[in-house]
Amino acid sequence: MKVTIKLFAGFRENRFRVEERDLPPGFTVADLLRELGINEPELGVALINARHVLPGQELHDGEVISLFPKVGGG
Amino acid sequence: MNKILRVNMSNLTVKLETVPAQWSGLGGRGLTSTIVAAEVPPRCHPLGPNNKLVFAPGLLTGTPAAQSGRLSAGAKSPLTGTIKESNAGGTAAQQLARMGIKALIIEGMPAEDKWHRLHVTMDGVSIEPADDLVGMQNFAVIDRMNKTFSPKIGVLTIGVPGELRMCAANISVKDPDQKIRSHGRGGLGAVMGSKKIKCITIDDTGAGKVPIADPDKFRTAAKIFAKSLLDHPVSGEGLPTYGTNILINILNEAGGLPTKNFRYGQCAHHDKISGETMHDTIVARGGKTKHGCHAGCIIQCSQVYTDNAGVYITSGFEYETIWGLGANAMIEDLDDIAKCDGLMDDIGIDSIEGAVLLATAMEAGVIPWGDGKECQRVLRDEIGKGTPLGRILGNGTSFVGRAYGLVRVPVVKDQGIPAYDPRSVKGIGITYATSTMGADHTAGYTIATNILKVGGFIDPLKKEGQVELSRNLQIATAAIDSTGMCVFIAFPALDIPESFTSLIDLINATYGLNLTADDVTALGMKILKLEHEFNNSAGFSPADDRLPEFFSYEPVPPHNAVWDFTDEEIDEFWNF
Repeated sequence: MKVTIKLFAGFRENRFRVEERDLPPGFTVADLLRELGINEPELGVALINARHVLPGQELHDGEVISLFPKVGGG
Repeated sequence: MNKILRVNMSNLTVKLETVPAQWSGLGGRGLTSTIVAAEVPPRCHPLGPNNKLVFAPGLLTGTPAAQSGRLSAGAKSPLTGTIKESNAGGTAAQQLARMGIKALIIEGMPAEDKWHRLHVTMDGVSIEPADDLVGMQNFAVIDRMNKTFSPKIGVLTIGVPGELRMCAANISVKDPDQKIRSHGRGGLGAVMGSKKIKCITIDDTGAGKVPIADPDKFRTAAKIFAKSLLDHPVSGEGLPTYGTNILINILNEAGGLPTKNFRYGQCAHHDKISGETMHDTIVARGGKTKHGCHAGCIIQCSQVYTDNAGVYITSGFEYETIWGLGANAMIEDLDDIAKCDGLMDDIGIDSIEGAVLLATAMEAGVIPWGDGKECQRVLRDEIGKGTPLGRILGNGTSFVGRAYGLVRVPVVKDQGIPAYDPRSVKGIGITYATSTMGADHTAGYTIATNILKVGGFIDPLKKEGQVELSRNLQIATAAIDSTGMCVFIAFPALDIPESFTSLIDLINATYGLNLTADDVTALGMKILKLEHEFNNSAGFSPADDRLPEFFSYEPVPPHNAVWDFTDEEIDEFWNF
């Protein structure tokens, strides 16, 4: 399945901004974090198609996942 | 802090008063709102002789505690007609606190059409003529005062929109770099203008230190508090690196970034205006990515944004301003947005109200969508000079909407709605609706829990839990706004228990008290209820705690969410 991965803030360092990857069925957000070399406690927010998800969430073909470290403003 | 300075502009006299017992435990917003509620008739005209403008440093301002240098300004707002507190960084708060000044109350208005300048020293306040400053914008006033006194002089000033009593006018505060921070929201610059005060200068020569009852306890608490700020990823790393503008991308990805005057929840050119792009641009040009609004700030969320040649354009370049001009008004060039921000500092209008009213002017066809150059011209030559068009625009979003017969006018209690769509981030909609200040995101910043997963998580698209979330945050914020602390201390306070307990220890160590967390919550509740009662007496009712109707029938993509709270659900907010 093809998934679009978007990285933000410090997650972009030594990685990428946006990339499409071919992932095996059943691949979860946690699997993706491991593949990207991101420790789960560093994760602030994961969104799939603009909805907040937990690391256990499975990815599906055609989805867009956005990953942010812990950030804030206001 | 044991002095109350009362300036009467009707008879041009000044009184030095002692602090009444019932005000002794108050500071910042708690004190300005208490004074306004006690002394300002709720139904008075905000620009008439019965309104009062009150400045108060926070309870911890002037101490060595990190982040404690905020100044509260309060009055009845000419924009909203409600009570108003707006707080800002800069140098004035710490100067006033070290001079022992708990509050500066300005009342009455002069009969004669002459302008004045207040000069605050350890001897009191003198009222000086200032007709020579009329027509100057803020940076020129600061330059003149620096030359008249010294670069150490504290300055609070209004530009031409403040002189002309426009409802978007703010009060500008000189910062440690001779630039500007702002008491932005609610048109307090117009109140200062109505009292014919062009600027207030503060000379703190001879001021001592703020007395601390238990210095050892204070030092211990200050260390724990500062460590928690640096340890938390938001205040310790995210904000200093990217500033508040990191939010452009996260709100865009979550579908809550209001775009083209609240038509859409995502913006196609988000990357051009994002915090990441801004950071890279500042680094490439040799600006500063970190910058504090006051001495003792260790979060450093501000920045210095320069042009390609390294020449200063603006600082304190905030997410809400960049959202308002970049996504909501569709301006794609960050340099144009920065120039607008710098112009709003100079002429002295609130950069949230200013950005929202410019998008509303685009809705009206007065300015083409996305035309950043025309926005600069309108700010400088129309609003900044008080032309007839400038006066229509400078009176704020609601006024522009009425002038041009618009329906999609994003305001609550006539104050422009900031950078988070209430349909797709429902908690913040409750804050906009119920805040005693009109639409104000900082009053109860549910974005932390709805979007950023700080202090837990409550799904932004569902109604469940939002009223309670907004209520708890509004109560906590009212208390924090009374300490003189920057509101961003809330990020560690929500996640790190010892951060909040050390804040209470700082207050206890300073005043020799034994307050508990419950006492702090009780203070927040008391302030909110006092402000709400003022608004009710001013003529407001639950029917005013509502969002504009278009949010209920215009679904916002990508979630196609509408505002779907019932009146009864919203009104439950005040059940505490």
